[in-house]
Amino acid sequence: MPKKYHIPTRPAPPRFKRVGKYGIVDRREDCSACHNCVKRECIYDCYKDEDGRLREIDGYVDYLYECKSCLSCVQSCTKGLLSRKVNPEFAALGDDTWGPDIISTTWYQAETGKIPVSGAGYGGRFVGEGFDSMWTDMSEIVRPTRDGIHGREYISTAVDVGRKFNRLSFDRNGELSQFPPGLIEIPVPVVFDDVHHLNLPESVALTAASAAQRMGNLAIVSSEKLTEPFNRFAKAIIPLYEGSVRANEPWLKKVQMIEVYDGDDVVERIGEAKELNPSLVVGVRAKLDRRSAQRAVELTRRGVEVIHFYADAAGREREHGLSRHISRATREVHLALVEAKLRDEVTLIASGGIALPEHLAKEIVCGADLVGIDMPIAIALECRLCGSCLNGLSCPVELDRIDIGYATQRLMNLMGAWRSQLLEVLGAMGLREVRRLRGEVGRAMFFEDLERESFGPIFGKRKTEERMSAAT
Amino acid sequence: MTTAQLDVKSEAQKLDAIPERIVRWAEDRYRNPVGKYKVWRGTSCIMCGKCVEICPRGVHVKPEGYRRFLRPRDDFCIGFKCKEIGRFCPDHCPQKALRVEISPIYESLGDYRWTADLILSTWRMAETGQVPDGDLEYKVGASGGGFDRIHFRFPEVVPDVDGGEISTAIELNRRKENDRPRVRIDIPVYGGGMSFGSVSPITMLARARACGAWNTFTCTGEGGYPERLIPFKDYVITQVATGLFGVREDTIQRARIVEFKYAQGAKPGLGGHLLGDKVTLAVAAMRETIPGNALFSPFPFHSVYSVEDHKKHVDWIKQVNPRAIISVKVSTPVDVDMVAVGSYYAGAHIIHLDGSYGGTGAAPDIAKKNIAMPIEYAIPRVHGFLRSEGIRDEVTLVASGGIRTAYDAAKAIALGADGVVIGTTELVALGCIRCNNCESGRGCARGIATTDEKLIQKMTLPWATQRLINLFNAWHTQLVEILRRFGMRSIAGLRGRTDLLTHQDYEDQRKA
Repeated sequence: MPKKYHIPTRPAPPRFKRVGKYGIVDRREDCSACHNCVKRECIYDCYKDEDGRLREIDGYVDYLYECKSCLSCVQSCTKGLLSRKVNPEFAALGDDTWGPDIISTTWYQAETGKIPVSGAGYGGRFVGEGFDSMWTDMSEIVRPTRDGIHGREYISTAVDVGRKFNRLSFDRNGELSQFPPGLIEIPVPVVFDDVHHLNLPESVALTAASAAQRMGNLAIVSSEKLTEPFNRFAKAIIPLYEGSVRANEPWLKKVQMIEVYDGDDVVERIGEAKELNPSLVVGVRAKLDRRSAQRAVELTRRGVEVIHFYADAAGREREHGLSRHISRATREVHLALVEAKLRDEVTLIASGGIALPEHLAKEIVCGADLVGIDMPIAIALECRLCGSCLNGLSCPVELDRIDIGYATQRLMNLMGAWRSQLLEVLGAMGLREVRRLRGEVGRAMFFEDLERESFGPIFGKRKTEERMSAAT
Repeated sequence: MTTAQLDVKSEAQKLDAIPERIVRWAEDRYRNPVGKYKVWRGTSCIMCGKCVEICPRGVHVKPEGYRRFLRPRDDFCIGFKCKEIGRFCPDHCPQKALRVEISPIYESLGDYRWTADLILSTWRMAETGQVPDGDLEYKVGASGGGFDRIHFRFPEVVPDVDGGEISTAIELNRRKENDRPRVRIDIPVYGGGMSFGSVSPITMLARARACGAWNTFTCTGEGGYPERLIPFKDYVITQVATGLFGVREDTIQRARIVEFKYAQGAKPGLGGHLLGDKVTLAVAAMRETIPGNALFSPFPFHSVYSVEDHKKHVDWIKQVNPRAIISVKVSTPVDVDMVAVGSYYAGAHIIHLDGSYGGTGAAPDIAKKNIAMPIEYAIPRVHGFLRSEGIRDEVTLVASGGIRTAYDAAKAIALGADGVVIGTTELVALGCIRCNNCESGRGCARGIATTDEKLIQKMTLPWATQRLINLFNAWHTQLVEILRRFGMRSIAGLRGRTDLLTHQDYEDQRKA
């Protein structure tokens, strides 16, 4: 049995104060300074340093936002002076896709490397957009499950990047007529993508490369960004070429894989790169849109080994007007490749809008071999998605001054937590390796199917989305 | 208030007896109860007492002999609805000293499933035993799907049925071969498993006592059978889960119902998990483990990999206790209907479906949110499949995992279940605010889901028992009312009556 793969995690406390969800409102004017003040009873010791903290010039209210929101002090204060409020700064974090809850759970995982665990049931919406409109399935009685991270069984999360022949072919002399091209095995089905949505300093890309190197993983970095400090992590870097691969030729010889943008001459450009380094794996990076399925089949037929479809930051197709979510679009691409009997020849990477480990599992169920993540890299390093960098303002969490070693640990913590959660899901599904999860829609349930099958016979026809939005 | 007050002292004398089924006022145990509205009294108040006169709810209190008012009881306030009856106090105050606004705490309370309204209305029901009459939404949450979009189609003309003759009782053992006792409960609701260790002994006992009062059941969960529960053994289900913690021959022989927990809706496919902090000396002794060590139940039963193995399991319990009936608790995979049928053939009396949005003391967020099917979809599937197999009337189908209100319960029954199992609602009745911190540190800050010596003392057993008796009374009242409006005399008549339901998101919006 191979050695168990493990991502070393270690606590990496944030450099800046976390933005807490709840805050206590304290109306002190009427306080009668009871000797048995309820603040002393706080089981989380939130008020412990209150006296000292109140004199701080900076962030003197921060301690109030460490509240765990049990309401005990609010409900017990003799004079009823305390109240609770959702921290407005917390509520304003991020945007519709990358909301405050996603940001804060990512911070937690980057800090601790642990799986977020909580009590009480799920409090979210019944169903939502994209990944929130599917449920993964698990096994029970009739199908054995696997012991997840606490168990003794080995569940593999490794995937291959590159081309696999369906069969070997031989020439007249009985010699292999084609040599299998390079194939890279990575231990986690996640690569770090180039974070192009924000105007981030070099340190972020360096962190991604460094974490990838330590994990045995890969990080995509735009070829123009590759400067001297990146040399240390060359084995882990996938340079991304906008135009000709000759633009940054030295790197072609140092790396295992590159990515080139899709275009009419893409096959020629791949050829050019392989001429310079025959063992190179070359991926084609293409916009995810309505033609993706057709394009995937075309490219695979022409010998492309890896296709990376990228959606926008919200995980939507890059289309005007009505755009589908990456989960549904990937499903179409996957099925088109299956239909053309080409699926096993090509590696499919999907990126854009992958925010949580559940998205990772669900995207693979929808047909991707692995995913690329972008924003979570920045969030792991405490980014608040405030957009200051896009407006040329200075970064409130000083990403440009972050220590690469520390940042690498944060990102590895995040990936450690993600991988543990993937193991939980795989274990629950009774799968021994993530390769088998690909396209396995038998381990998923889709909202539209469940509504049709369970509610269709009872309630008839569901209103179309347009009719529903018109009604509200 | 006309209801009698709960007298904690006299109740404390009879803690080992089954309490009576009487509604008594069980006030919020905190000094400052939370309401939907906040009433402010300004300094310009001249203590004229006009507000005391005008308020229909007793918000303003000025005790005999006092010169000043007490702080307004804003949790009683029904807010702007008061304007409709012309008794909105700020309109009447001669000094304009009063102000009523939505409480800021209300705005920060709850989530999509358990909205602030549902939490507050459950608190009201537990306090008064009555259906809330203000403007609190006590029937549905705001999750935007499932039960929250399904409604009853009540006929416009209410048939003439006397509420007194309506029965909400259900039979739990429906098997034809009659080798085991019939078990009948008075309300179609029983309590889900909460183990010793995950909740406080007071929570556990209060549940058992209240269920005794209402002739229904609660469940020990998988953490063993504390001896203090023995006086209530006729109302306690004992659970056999994968960890087999505290399972002994005598605990099985004591129970009228034994429940096999194959999976839990909040974390299907994963075993139970009790964090080390909660494994105190008492918990460790009960579970026969070491204090301070986190306890994992494996998943699944490693002796069960087929329906045949499962039958072996059921037979084992049947052998140990020849008078027990067997419940099988499963969560909701895509083939849940097959699992249900398999369980029936293995000899189960009750099939307990635990949907994906159930409660838990601790579970990975990824499991709570994503795995398995919401209960609303699973019930009609299983009901239909059991019917087409011709065995529907030989087995009791109960549903859990997101049953928050009496209306959820009635809808689950109309979708095809015989009854429901609840958990979170009971905890909310005891004062849970769903802060999601049950698992961390010393456990629940409100003393409900903790084993910490000091925190346990935050509530008393008579009070907790009364809150639950009241809750069940309010639910019973609502279920009777639903049946009355349909002209039904028994809850059994509602089962599978999907024709009485309508879904807001479907084209067909016929009235009854």
